[in-house]
Amino acid sequence: MNFDFSEDQKLLKQTARDYLEEHAPLTACREVLESNQSHSDALWKGAAELGWLGAVIPEEYGGAGFGYLELAVIAEEVGRALAPIPFGPSVYLAAEAILHCGSDEQKQKYLPRLAAGEWIGTFATSEAMGQNGFDGFATTLEGGKLSGTKFPVPDGETANFAVVATADGELALVDLEGAGVQRQAVKSLDPSRPLAKIVFEGAPAEALAEGAGQLDTLTDRAAVLMAFEQLGGATRSFELTREFTLGRYAFGRPVASFQGVKHRLADLWCEIELARSNCYYGAWALSHDDPELGIAASLSRVSASESFDLAAREMIQFYGGVGYTWEYDCHLFYRRAKLLSVALGSPSAWKNRLIDRIEDKAKSA
Amino acid sequence: MDFNDTPEEAAFRNEARTWLEANAKPQTDEEGGDVLGEKLDDATVAWCKEWQKKKAEAGWACLTWPKEYGGRGATSIENVIWKQEESKFDTPPDIYGIGLGMCGPTIMTHGNEDQKKRWIPDMMLGQEVWCQLFSEPSAGSDLAGLRSSAVRDGDDWIINGQKIWTTGAQICDWGILVVRSDPMAAKHAGLTYFVVNMNAPGIEIRPITQINGGQGFNEVFFTDVRIPDSDRIGEVGDGWRVAITTLMNERASIGGGGGAGNSSELLRLARTVQIDGRPAIDNEAVRQKIARFYIRAKGLQFTGNRTLTALSRGQTPGPEASLGKLVGGVLVQDMAEFGIELAGMAGAVDDATFSADGAAWQERFLSIPGLRIAGGTDEVLRNIISERVLGLPPEVRVDKGIAFKDIPTGPPSS
Repeated sequence: MNFDFSEDQKLLKQTARDYLEEHAPLTACREVLESNQSHSDALWKGAAELGWLGAVIPEEYGGAGFGYLELAVIAEEVGRALAPIPFGPSVYLAAEAILHCGSDEQKQKYLPRLAAGEWIGTFATSEAMGQNGFDGFATTLEGGKLSGTKFPVPDGETANFAVVATADGELALVDLEGAGVQRQAVKSLDPSRPLAKIVFEGAPAEALAEGAGQLDTLTDRAAVLMAFEQLGGATRSFELTREFTLGRYAFGRPVASFQGVKHRLADLWCEIELARSNCYYGAWALSHDDPELGIAASLSRVSASESFDLAAREMIQFYGGVGYTWEYDCHLFYRRAKLLSVALGSPSAWKNRLIDRIEDKAKSA
Repeated sequence: MDFNDTPEEAAFRNEARTWLEANAKPQTDEEGGDVLGEKLDDATVAWCKEWQKKKAEAGWACLTWPKEYGGRGATSIENVIWKQEESKFDTPPDIYGIGLGMCGPTIMTHGNEDQKKRWIPDMMLGQEVWCQLFSEPSAGSDLAGLRSSAVRDGDDWIINGQKIWTTGAQICDWGILVVRSDPMAAKHAGLTYFVVNMNAPGIEIRPITQINGGQGFNEVFFTDVRIPDSDRIGEVGDGWRVAITTLMNERASIGGGGGAGNSSELLRLARTVQIDGRPAIDNEAVRQKIARFYIRAKGLQFTGNRTLTALSRGQTPGPEASLGKLVGGVLVQDMAEFGIELAGMAGAVDDATFSADGAAWQERFLSIPGLRIAGGTDEVLRNIISERVLGLPPEVRVDKGIAFKDIPTGPPSS
């Protein structure tokens, strides 16, 4: 049994943590959140220099040529730092879509620029209230023209291009800086991760060469990586809460010595450990291209979403009154947790998807 | 990252499987699930003893015991591999877990040479069965609060009091016993540890009828039972330290990542039962519930795989194993209750002829509350996790530093 990351992968993770502790303390997240910036440009450049943006992109396209287990540990650290950069949309979604579904020409054009951090990509699925981005799209790609509305699109105002899911199951590549594209920022629940509404009116676009019918697989793959990001956030949130309750005294004792607090922290720790175990399974399935990926991704995604939501929510309560102030960092976690938990489809949508996959497997067995 | 054995582990698994194939029949019926035990009949006990002897003679009886005690000197991961393989064969219930897993290692650690020679070999061969006499009616989670007494009388000790929750006491030859030898001493300092012959005069065993109707546990009453001082393990007043060795071994034998609820049976049921003329599995509320159970059950399974990875790398899994029991206990109860709920009004029928799955859901519903208490209540497990895993401060204690007899045992009388 070898159900763990290797020593090299753990070393990579530690290196990432060290870098982010120095260059992305929580003040970096707060700075973006409190300003009109879309992201931290310095951190984005740093991530490019470290090879994170092209971690799984082959060297021939300017990437680092790592595996998915390596990308998973980087994602966990990015999540841990609440890094204010478009890592998920650009790396797990746009770059992955092009890497797996693009023609060689498309790969040549986009991947080196993504790996270098010159371009930011995003992924546009949801179109309206109530959608989870799995299906039911109205956006069309006809004769090289893209028409429709996507809402909300992560980093939609700053991304250079988008991969767009269309009504006929294609994935369209569209230049967001070109003609026929109207972008409008919408206020984000987590302003350190901006959102936009994009209207396409005959915008010039092309289909990803092998993109037809690939949305499910791509979102499964991205879900595992995003789950690691959420796991990192949940773990950090928990660690800060533990430290705070140990340091704060009430009734002459550390708050962490009261059974009412200890037991809730024990339960929270259990939830995060279960999520970690499911995430490891997701990473295993992703890195082995295993047929279980659909199930594994759903497990990772739901447990990581729910545990980060819970950790962040509990964090505010354990901190007490100060936890509700703008000055303390609890709300950074609270906002990020909720944003990520709906970013790629909500936990209830993924639970539904999980049962579909289990039933499909049972029928084909 | 993978789920594979190392080459050494694969070779060991192959060796174990080869011996099992030559000596046992493959398991035919499905896994029984979590059901709290029944009293064992004579024929079953005879089968247990035969199988244990066969294993002992081939070196498969006490894998992790040192070779000098007749063990195999195997690693913890090898022990897990053996158990995984053995469970695939039709073998008798495990009546030796307490003896081999807890009593044996305690005697090896704290017993004298004479005691080791006297008890260890027959224990290993399975010819003598052992039980644990620790819990009392008013000392469960707070075990050190036990009150059964030992009073010195020449070369003997006289034991009086009551023990409870003793598994299989009727079929046992020997028991490990912790009693209070000095009520004037502080709580943990007044205890002494003995081995007691279960056939000694003055011992009375009464089965406890559980809420599921089973009788796996007993009360054991001691009335002027004599134990020779030569059957004392460790020093007088040092019983708590000896008992800790037993309890640590209990944790080690429970750890290793066991089965924590099987959601496939619930899925099967949800495909069969109809809601509004459609299979229940198509119902949105049912899907959300079952998905939640499935995700937790898988989380426990993969947490078990992480524990096995630590074992495989020669590390000792710590109190993290408490997670499995805490989360798993609630989960299997939730699943049993939902299995009943899926049947609608018929869920109240507890009749193998009429109920789904031969009334297995109703059986689980009545068994699982006990499993959540045995081996540590939810609250004890949360204390273990918060103090030993998370490093949070221990409970404030009001029973420290005073004589045991002065510790309150109930509300003040007015």
